[in-house]
Amino acid sequence: MAAASDNDFVRTESPETGVVILVPTADIDMSRSPILRSAIKSELKPGLDRMIIDLGEVQYMDSSGLATLVEAMRIAKSHAVPLHLVSMTTKVRAIFEIARLDAFFSIKDSRQEALDC
Amino acid sequence: MMTPMSRSKPIKIELVSDPMYLCGARELVSSIAHRVGFGDMECSKIALALDEAMCNIIRHGYNKATDRPIWLTIYPQQPDETTYGGIEIIIEDEAKQVDPSTICGRDLADIKPGGLGVHIMREVMDQVVFEKRNGTGMRLKMSKSAPRPDEAPRIGQRSSGSNPAQARIS
Repeated sequence: MAAASDNDFVRTESPETGVVILVPTADIDMSRSPILRSAIKSELKPGLDRMIIDLGEVQYMDSSGLATLVEAMRIAKSHAVPLHLVSMTTKVRAIFEIARLDAFFSIKDSRQEALDC
Repeated sequence: MMTPMSRSKPIKIELVSDPMYLCGARELVSSIAHRVGFGDMECSKIALALDEAMCNIIRHGYNKATDRPIWLTIYPQQPDETTYGGIEIIIEDEAKQVDPSTICGRDLADIKPGGLGVHIMREVMDQVVFEKRNGTGMRLKMSKSAPRPDEAPRIGQRSSGSNPAQARIS
């Protein structure tokens, strides 16, 4: 678990016009998933070329995190904005598989893969 | 469930129902699970099962109140000549009582936010039992058998990946 205050929990990056990358920097559990949810809702707007959620710094996620991402995917689809999850650790990937959600999301190994698709 | 005779002395803690303390409970149970022989992935999943159970108490039992009690009891069991060892986790609360037979996960094909906690617990743990406490509140008992002694990591050595299917200790 990274030592991240709630204020620093989600980093927002925009490497190019129309692309937003959100980077949660610690565990996503019931205490922090509302912060991620708020960040997603703030950035996920119609007209965005794509949104990428980089999970490379997330060592743990529970079902509240999954619920947040499911909601994000729904919003993205309603706005016709592609949403990609990237850089998942093995442990985080395992929870997606337990919940049978690994096929619901666009999961890429890297940011570049998500930018290129 | 493990019989009382096979249990070692428990670790007991009392928490309040504030989500910020979930991480501490996760770290605790993960450390204990590793000590009795579970690999890194299994420790992570056991911590997840505990987390899901506590989230359900906070969300559904206590309606997100952050000042209600949750009691956590962990029985670690080291492997020996006769048993594979394992871990048993008991979580108790003072939330409203419900009929245990009504506690079930949702249909996974119906993809929507939420409703995954019970499914995750049952996928990860060997046994999951809900029951009413005497008087008030609920009790959840979860248990999982550890790897065979010849598959368990030596002290100071971590194993990786999931473990093969184990015999149940009931």
